[in-house]
Amino acid sequence: MMNSAENNFPARLQYLPLSLLAPLPLFTLQPLLQRVITHLSRRRPELFARFGAHTRKTFLIDPLNLPFVFLLRLDPRRPQLLARRREHPMAHDARIAGTFLTFLDMVDGRLDGDALFFNRDLVIEGDTEAVVCLRNAIDDMEGSVADDVADFFGLPGRAALFVLRRIKRNSGELR
Amino acid sequence: MVRPELVCPAGTPAALRAAVDAGADAVYCGFQNATNARNFAGLNFTLREMQEGVTYAHERGARVLLAVNTFPPAGQTPAWKQAIEDGVRLGVDAIIVADIGVARHVACAYPQQRLHLSVQAGASSPEAIRYYCREFGVKRVVLPRILTVPEIKAIHDEIPCEIEAFIFGNIGMMAEGRCSLTNYATGVSTNMDGVCSPAHAVRYEEDTRRNLTARLGVFTIDRFSCGEQAGYPTICKGRYCAAGRKSPYYAFEEPVSLNLSSLLPDLMRAGVSALKIEGRQRSRAYVHAVVSAYRKAVDDCLAGRPPLLPDLLALTEGHRETRGAFGGRRWR
Repeated sequence: MMNSAENNFPARLQYLPLSLLAPLPLFTLQPLLQRVITHLSRRRPELFARFGAHTRKTFLIDPLNLPFVFLLRLDPRRPQLLARRREHPMAHDARIAGTFLTFLDMVDGRLDGDALFFNRDLVIEGDTEAVVCLRNAIDDMEGSVADDVADFFGLPGRAALFVLRRIKRNSGELR
Repeated sequence: MVRPELVCPAGTPAALRAAVDAGADAVYCGFQNATNARNFAGLNFTLREMQEGVTYAHERGARVLLAVNTFPPAGQTPAWKQAIEDGVRLGVDAIIVADIGVARHVACAYPQQRLHLSVQAGASSPEAIRYYCREFGVKRVVLPRILTVPEIKAIHDEIPCEIEAFIFGNIGMMAEGRCSLTNYATGVSTNMDGVCSPAHAVRYEEDTRRNLTARLGVFTIDRFSCGEQAGYPTICKGRYCAAGRKSPYYAFEEPVSLNLSSLLPDLMRAGVSALKIEGRQRSRAYVHAVVSAYRKAVDDCLAGRPPLLPDLLALTEGHRETRGAFGGRRWR
């Protein structure tokens, strides 16, 4: 059954990455993120088709159990994915917050965004229409965006995704 | 017992494929404009997507029903006529209409095209339904969600067309096709623009204690405390302060979803030809889960087994289910 997989995942484990990844210097992450979003935009051009007037909007993606947030701009000519420390103020049109595994399930097409919102597992603020467009665009992409990203990093990427999905499945079994 | 058609929602091509793969007999969908009643941002089909969707469905034995179920404002009928022409050309199996002008256009211009009457038409009496059948050749009526099962049976016995009834999904208490609350709050018409609570007019704010405020236009329509289940940002399901009330209350209806799994055998015995799942605005994950569950439940009924449905509560609005009027409940 689709539900937020980590609903009952022990809170300490769920938020472990918050402290584990805190020392990670973001400048090491940045080139990778930009390559990921460029790769995705080339591989999934249909992502932009549902954006209409929102291609210039900036989304603050806030994985609550990571020590940083992402700024996403899905301009087909110049897509951007930036990592920023949460405590630094950033201009954005809309903010979407949830745990990392919730986001992973959403881009995998395994969770329903409305149900996550009803359950308060997902927080939406700012330009709701832009968020709805993003949700619908991602949901219309066949297969898994997470797989695409993992493939981009080759064997280490696929291994990391395997481990994450394993954690997610186990967290579901803990319920 | 006649095998009913399981009619499933598709807001995107991916959802259409998910519905067909999960066992839908028919999928209903619309174009990316005001001609259908789920004209939400980033949703619905381009011409090419509709063509591909029709092909995908037909190759797998499923039908495609095109929703052209809004009411064209004066002077704007060309968009509705174009949607119908496109639908006919692409080979959709039926067109779902609400407006009598649109119905007449289909009946006159494309007399061979199968016509369904949308729930938005609000036809709930045998007299009204017979009128649509007689004048426009309507073959199926989607009944408003205000009737009990015995009332549906009584209507079935008095009309010459098939009945389609909702069995799962979002449910409002407003007389369908008549609600003007969104129009009042935002200036956008549910019935003519095809969008209830347009996302551009919706704002959510969560404070540091995780209390969530939902606004539509200038109106605060609900405030959810930390951990409290939220609902859709529709006026009809908001909580309001009123004179004589100590605390905010649901003035119209509560956030709750329809689930008629327990009434499936009764509906089928009442003569319902098609069972409809609501949710074109929902994800392919929702479509897959709900359609799979109901496919099995309907097949169980047909085999004489009690329908066993997996728990769909996680997908419902407010995490609550109701049998609504179908189970005998009266609206406020």
